[in-house]
Amino acid sequence: MELAIFILFAGLALVSSIVVVTHKNPVYATLSLVLTLFSVAVLFVLLGAPFLAALQILIYAGAILVLFLFVLMLLNVGRQEGPSGHRVQLFTALLGGVAFAAMLVLLFWRQQGGPRPPAAPLSAQLVSLTALAQELFGRYLLQFEIVGLLLLVAVVGATVLARRPPPREPEAEP
Amino acid sequence: MSVPVSWYLALSAVLFGIGAIGALTRRNGISIFLSIEVMLNAANLSLAAYARQFGEHTGQVIVFFVLAVAAAEAAVGLALFIGVFRGRRTIDVNRMNLMQH
Repeated sequence: MELAIFILFAGLALVSSIVVVTHKNPVYATLSLVLTLFSVAVLFVLLGAPFLAALQILIYAGAILVLFLFVLMLLNVGRQEGPSGHRVQLFTALLGGVAFAAMLVLLFWRQQGGPRPPAAPLSAQLVSLTALAQELFGRYLLQFEIVGLLLLVAVVGATVLARRPPPREPEAEP
Repeated sequence: MSVPVSWYLALSAVLFGIGAIGALTRRNGISIFLSIEVMLNAANLSLAAYARQFGEHTGQVIVFFVLAVAAAEAAVGLALFIGVFRGRRTIDVNRMNLMQH
């Protein structure tokens, strides 16, 4: 059962992420990213992290992607995309990406095949929200506060950057 | 049958590669951002997989932080694109070449 769900949603994540990076129209790419995020959220549930799955849906799909769509509509860029770069550049990027992914897969495979015992069965302690909250507000309290500060700075910065510059006042006001 | 953790890690590596290819080949600024989000998600997946492997919460806490940083990055980046678009009427990264001239 778990295997079937994994294969289904892993395939879905792969296909939709390929659509994200290849589709010419950024609106469709954004909507396809929603599918990717949803699939990854399901995989989070399989990995014993239901809280992260909820956060993924709420923050990513609910807030960040809505922001993307909003900006896309605001700018109305649509298909406006210049000619893609040189063949050589495309080929090099493909080669680099595939080689990097292959390297990571190999690394993970090697590491997992080592002497370390296979993962313990899913424990209730790992899934428990209380335990996660104790960790987050205990050991990582300082980092948590710093992240809050970061978000505040980002809000202020985004507001300043996106603000319409004030119209220049004529010197002689009647 | 339970799925080995290494499968999740392999999936995360492939997703990361797809996102990297997208970030390198796209011209539209927002498409590049979307590719970066795919890469961030791949990293999140591997962190959650390691949290599962070791039965600890640290990986999940880091995923939480990555989500918050991704939100901040998206907000500031999109605001930057709005600012650039206002001046130059384009978000094609090939045409943002003010520093070249």
